[in-house]
Amino acid sequence: MELGCTHSPCQINAGSVCIRFMQRGLDSETKKQLEEEEKKIISEEHWYLDLPELKEKESFIIEERSFMPCEDLLYGRMSFKGFNPEIEKLMIQMNSRYKKEEIEADDKMEADVSDEEMARRYESLVGTIGKKFLKKRDRHELQDEDEDENSNLRPSNVKKMFLKPQD
Amino acid sequence: AYWVDSQQKRYVPVKGDPIIGIVTAKAGDIFKVDVGGSEQASLSYLAFEGATKRNRPNVQVGDLVYGQFIVANKDMEPEMVCIDSSGRANGMGIIGHEGLLFKVSLGLIRKLLAPNCEIIQELGQLYPFEIVLGMNGRIWVKAKTVQQTLIVANILEACEHMTSEQRKQALAKLSES
Repeated sequence: MELGCTHSPCQINAGSVCIRFMQRGLDSETKKQLEEEEKKIISEEHWYLDLPELKEKESFIIEERSFMPCEDLLYGRMSFKGFNPEIEKLMIQMNSRYKKEEIEADDKMEADVSDEEMARRYESLVGTIGKKFLKKRDRHELQDEDEDENSNLRPSNVKKMFLKPQD
Repeated sequence: AYWVDSQQKRYVPVKGDPIIGIVTAKAGDIFKVDVGGSEQASLSYLAFEGATKRNRPNVQVGDLVYGQFIVANKDMEPEMVCIDSSGRANGMGIIGHEGLLFKVSLGLIRKLLAPNCEIIQELGQLYPFEIVLGMNGRIWVKAKTVQQTLIVANILEACEHMTSEQRKQALAKLSES
C-alpha cells in the first residue's frame, strides 16, 4: 500500500471562515447586519410626523433685558470734589472706556518730519548701518577707497585665498 | 435699537447690571444678598478681589455690597459677583459703613446715569461727596456731615418730580446758605 497523500485542492467554504479563531468580538460584517436589523425594528415602532419639513425662520429680533447698552449709562460709582480720590480715578478710567471707541475714528496725526527729509536721512542711515556689518577687510578697503581718489581701484572681487605652492 | 421705557419701582435682576445689595445671611461659602428682587441673590465669598479660601473677605450680615449679576433669569436664583471678568474689583465690593442708603424708582436711576445728566453735575458742584447708584433703585450717599448727606439724598429723591428750573432754584438756595 502506497502511502501517498493526495491533496485535493482545498476548497474554502463559507462555514470555515466563520470559525472563530482568536476572535473575541463579532465580525464587522455580522455587526453591521445586527445593527441594520435593530434599526428596522426601531423604525417600525417609531412614530413620526408625516409633515413636510418646516424650516426655522431666522429671527431678526435680539432680546436684551438690560438698559445699560440701550442708553449708554455711566459707571454707577462716583465721587465729587475729591471726596474719594480712588473713585475719581476710576470714574475717569471707566468713562474713558466708552470714549475710546469714539476716538478710534480720529484722523492721522500730521507728520513732524516731511517725507523728503525722511528719504534723505534714510539714505545716509543705510550706509552707516551697513558699514557695521562689513568684515574687517572690507572696511579697510572702504577706507582706502575714500581716501585716494586718483589711485587705481583694486579689483575688489579677488579674495585673498590660499595659493597652492607650485612644485 | 428699540427699547420699552417704563416707570417702575420693582427691580427684576438682569445679567450684567451693577447693583447695591444688602447681605442678609451667611451660609457656608456663600452670602445671601437682598437686591430688591423677588429672590435673594447669592454671592460667593471668592467673588471679591484678592479673595482665596484662606483669605476670606470681611463681610458681615448687614453690609452693603456693590456688584453685578452673572446669572439672572427667571428660572434660576440670581448670582452676583464683586469682580469683573478679568478678576479686578473696579470699584465693586463692600461699601463703607457710613453713609445713607435710600430707594428711588428705576427710571430716576437711568436718568441720573445718562451721559449728560445735569442733576449729578450740579450736585457735584455743591459739596464733596461720594455716591453709588445701583440699577435696582438703591442709592448710597456719603458726605462729610450728616446734614450734607441728608440734603443730597433729599434732592435726589425730589428731583424726580421737579422740573429743571425748580431744581436749579433749590440748589441755588442751598449754595447760598
